[in-house]
Amino acid sequence: MSFTVRKDDAKGVVVVGVDGQLIVGNRHELKTKVLDALEAGEKKFVIDFSPTGYIDSSGLGALVSLSKKIREAGGELRLAGLNDDLHTLFELTKLDTLFAIVDSADEALAAF
Amino acid sequence: MQRMAGAGHGVQFSLRVPTTLDVVEEAVDLLARHCLASGLPPRRARFNLRVVLAEALTNAIVYGNAMDPAKRVDVRVDVDGGRLAIHVRDEGDGFDPTQIPSPTDPDRIQRTDGRGLFLIRQLSDEVHFNERGNAICMIMRCA
Repeated sequence: MSFTVRKDDAKGVVVVGVDGQLIVGNRHELKTKVLDALEAGEKKFVIDFSPTGYIDSSGLGALVSLSKKIREAGGELRLAGLNDDLHTLFELTKLDTLFAIVDSADEALAAF
Repeated sequence: MQRMAGAGHGVQFSLRVPTTLDVVEEAVDLLARHCLASGLPPRRARFNLRVVLAEALTNAIVYGNAMDPAKRVDVRVDVDGGRLAIHVRDEGDGFDPTQIPSPTDPDRIQRTDGRGLFLIRQLSDEVHFNERGNAICMIMRCA
């Protein structure tokens, strides 16, 4: 499992890919990568779940935490690439009401 | 991982997990691979099973054993009669599962914790606890 971070310079958006799982064992790594970028002045973020297997409740909690911190800094977070199972997870927990969720990272970038 | 014949015509396997979060992903993968032969539909085996295993192990390690490295988590899976029964037991004092509030309540939706047991209940067909509250049994039907 790993996280890839790239910057779309045209849109000024940081895109983080979650390759594998987002779970209790690696959620801090994701938070660190995003918060480091936020501290460096980045405001627009996309987290791309298209290569993701599953997310546990700790991973969902990390996303809630990041969403708050980005919002407080005047930034914006979008989630992209959720498959049907991951989508169901957000619906069950009603977190789909908390996040801006789009089909793909490209769509998320286009909307910024 | 120990694998043995179950009480009926099924299969039973067990795993003892140390109290550290570093092993959760590996333990989930190992257990899920052994469950593949159970007949659980691929999508449920790939996703629901892995999520409930991860949640139950994390709860047992963090809340049950309170991260005490001297303690262990025991997992036993019974595959029989078209269903999986996944038992996860920690060495803690237990808890009252009826006292856990729903994370979907409007005043809790923005909390960063408290969704583990909720997900287990949503993604399993049945969930049972022992009286002490330190062992959970999650049933997943194959049909």
